[in-house]
Amino acid sequence: MPTHSISGNRGLQIEEQLIFEQDNPGQTGVDYPDIPQAKNRLGGLDREGEIGLPGLSEPQVVRHYMRLSQKNYAIDSGVYPLGSCTMKHNPRLNEKMARLPGLADLHPLQPMQTTQGAMELMSSCANWLCTLTNMPVVAMSPAAGAHGELCGLMAVRAALEDQGYARTKVLVPESAHGTNPASAHLCGYSVESIPAKENGRVNLDVLKEKLDGEVACFMLTNPNTCGLFENEILDIAKAVHDAGAYFYCDGANFNAIVGVVRPGDLGIDCMHINLHKTFSTPHGGGGPGSGPVVFSEALAPYVPVPYVVQEGDTYRLVEDEASAEGKPFGRMKSFHGQFGVFVRALSYMMSLGSDGLRQVARDAVLNANYLAVKLEGSLSRSYEGVCMHEVLFDDRFLKDTGVTTLDFAKALLDEGVHPMTMYFPLVVHGALLMEPTETESKQSLDQFIEMVLGLTERAKGDNARYFEQAPRMTPRRRLDETAAARKPVLKWVPPTEEA
Amino acid sequence: MRYLPLGQSDREEMLKDIGVSSVDDLFVDVPKSVLLDTPVDLPKTAGEMQVERSISAMARKNLGTSQAPSFLGGGAYRHHVPAAVDHLIQRGEFLTSYTPYQPEVSQGTLQYLFEFQTQVSMLTGMDVANASLYDGATATAEAVMMAARVTKRKKAVLSGGLHPHYRDVTLTQARFMDFAVESADVDVEGKEDLTALIDDKTACVVVQNPSFFGHVKDLTGLAETCHEKGVLLVVAFGEVVSLGAITPPGAMGADIVVGEGQSLGNAVNYGGPYLGLMACRQKFVRQMPGRLVGETTDVEGRRGWVLTLSTREQHIRREKATSNICTNSGLCALAFNMHLTMLGEVGFTKLAKINHAHASLLVDRLEEISGVELVNESFFNEFTLRLSKPATEVVDALVEKEILGGIPVSRLYPGDSDMADLLLVAATEVNTVEDMDALVNGLKEVL
Ligand SMILES: Cc1ncc(COP(=O)(O)O)c(C=O)c1O
Repeated sequence: MPTHSISGNRGLQIEEQLIFEQDNPGQTGVDYPDIPQAKNRLGGLDREGEIGLPGLSEPQVVRHYMRLSQKNYAIDSGVYPLGSCTMKHNPRLNEKMARLPGLADLHPLQPMQTTQGAMELMSSCANWLCTLTNMPVVAMSPAAGAHGELCGLMAVRAALEDQGYARTKVLVPESAHGTNPASAHLCGYSVESIPAKENGRVNLDVLKEKLDGEVACFMLTNPNTCGLFENEILDIAKAVHDAGAYFYCDGANFNAIVGVVRPGDLGIDCMHINLHKTFSTPHGGGGPGSGPVVFSEALAPYVPVPYVVQEGDTYRLVEDEASAEGKPFGRMKSFHGQFGVFVRALSYMMSLGSDGLRQVARDAVLNANYLAVKLEGSLSRSYEGVCMHEVLFDDRFLKDTGVTTLDFAKALLDEGVHPMTMYFPLVVHGALLMEPTETESKQSLDQFIEMVLGLTERAKGDNARYFEQAPRMTPRRRLDETAAARKPVLKWVPPTEEA
Repeated sequence: MRYLPLGQSDREEMLKDIGVSSVDDLFVDVPKSVLLDTPVDLPKTAGEMQVERSISAMARKNLGTSQAPSFLGGGAYRHHVPAAVDHLIQRGEFLTSYTPYQPEVSQGTLQYLFEFQTQVSMLTGMDVANASLYDGATATAEAVMMAARVTKRKKAVLSGGLHPHYRDVTLTQARFMDFAVESADVDVEGKEDLTALIDDKTACVVVQNPSFFGHVKDLTGLAETCHEKGVLLVVAFGEVVSLGAITPPGAMGADIVVGEGQSLGNAVNYGGPYLGLMACRQKFVRQMPGRLVGETTDVEGRRGWVLTLSTREQHIRREKATSNICTNSGLCALAFNMHLTMLGEVGFTKLAKINHAHASLLVDRLEEISGVELVNESFFNEFTLRLSKPATEVVDALVEKEILGGIPVSRLYPGDSDMADLLLVAATEVNTVEDMDALVNGLKEVL
């Protein structure tokens, strides 16, 4: 008896070709009026030959993307406990607001008397962020978390240069996200790493030893990437400042403490906020994000252009260094930042309000601790005690089962859920980092727990092969990443050109 | 609160299971002195209606480009985006997924990014393109750093026709990397010759085409000069639609191409989010920043896609990575990919031709106004005018007539008095004859 369908389709899982393979030359999905007669002023540089774009009509295009969408998992489909990524529900009100005429159709270089409402909105968004963090100023322009890190470090460097010596090093904990050292490098610093203590927190003694006159900045994620609050943070801040260095906080995990702890009370000098994490703006399969950076008084003079100022009832953008009041270190991005993301984040903050945002952190932490307690009997927890908004396990529980963290994650795909973050942070072996967020119901957590416990039992019952072969029911099974990297095929080429 | 599924009884049950009496007990690691016991001083929870009212009120204080004849460009262009595009990008499977870390359940994202990379390499005439950067300005700075890695040299030459924000972002980055940047004099007329600035210490030359002032230039000579000295030619663009009408950078000898992709699929959004594009020659691909999607097969031999060459990236290489970028412009890339798919070869080239024709017709009419002089000999959909009065005054007077008449160049070159009378004007397919009438009549009255 045949086991495969004739088409390769598996019920609702439809095989979909690339748009280039659906080319119907001359076809188009957009009707324009005729091209008006006009003088050609392209300077003799008219494009010659075909570009190679395929021709498809609107129904074909709609079906193509509909089918592609069905090959994706998303937070709209189910629990997405990707640690460090804060995959929470993305309210649709935010999308509606960002598309309002008068916002989406505003050009960044319109005269400022025609964009007063937009600047008011930016200013309002900035005010929410400053109040929630208890920091005096915010640079709104960075495009994502990593870009915010770079922005914060540039301000640090500019401040130190002003004091006469930029110093040479940035310290980061071993558990730091890869963007931290990468950003330090882009800011001209070398990177040294600080080990963690037994309890998963920064080793303050080692930190103090390393804090010499060459250290420009200490970058710390708090809560850290093991899901733990750095309980010695006030002493850390003091030690950093005593050494004449600045204290950067990676705010990727702000969701754990929003409305409960204000980072400005912790002695930090700057922190980026991923609006696409804590403030619910969609990840969109990889972006766009937005990474505003809040600054302490010490670094405030160095914030980059542009920024909005309010004079009476009027708003104005300060767009160039010469007309700025402080000593801006430069510019991070074209125009004024990820405005469309600000609209979404503001819509979210206004919806929840100060009381709702506080509840967000409390529910996020409650959900993570619930997972921790329900799973720690069967999985191996890396650090005991309470956690914040995410809980870290390592692969000790899989010892001698022949199952790896990767296999375990792939088996979860067959259960119809997205796995946790794997192999990050690097401080424990075979990490599994789970962040449920506050937008999961108890019922959804219970179902997830049941699946994880069931799989754990299966893993311990001599079923390595089941895991090795997983996933079986996803649109694709395991893909050969080694082959992809060895001989990269990064674009479609017409069959005739291939040979 | 509508976004929070836990009810009070759920919370109590969960606390019991955890073995603590209150959520406060879960915050024991936080020093007492910094723990807030009440909400911060900001407005309280609000329903959809209230939020919608507040944000709409702010929106109404603005004059949107769809509400007035509008001729603004300067690196951000209003185009017609087909209805299907905005509908489809809002499908939850696209909108609410993360970066495709689990390829088996992310083939939708990976496939459209592979299509996107292919489209960008076709448009630019280059071998390979990445899966997007933040915007045109950051892409330019990334290209300069990439050129430095490839050539192991530490100096860049920037054309005077480069968008001032692209220049400033590059200068900011360069300053912190101890990298020398020489910016040529501002090139309003489009007549600069960069040869004298190029030597064997130069890593790259960055030129924009069409330039910030709108000039369309043949770069083949410059490419030859660069290559003779082992210098890379980086070509930037602010208007991707131009590539439907003019010779692509790849055909003129570019080594790296960067630009702004906002025009396809994405609204002007008061400046963001936008879409950084980057393409290069095959041999430089391992020095590229950003994510790359590659083709492969699964264990059953079926074609599929994965993120690849990730040893360039921060999560593997940390401080040795080619860039710190992580989150990029995924959904904007999807909108670009869809819009271009809707257009196809016929639609895209027609769109480009309509843009050029509209700009050309507008120029014919503007040149007849006394007090208006065209600076450009060539242009695509944007050009520079020299007015008989300061451009800011003229633009402000046009606003009084509800016309968004262009960008005073001085806004981007503050303090440079030579720029005071220059106005940058763009026309796209959305500008009607009535819009053009309004601008022409408005200018006649104002000048
Ligand atoms: C701890 C941490 N820091 C920094 C980042 C980088 O943020 P982004 O992806 O917005 O650039 C991330 C997320 O990816 C993160 O989890």
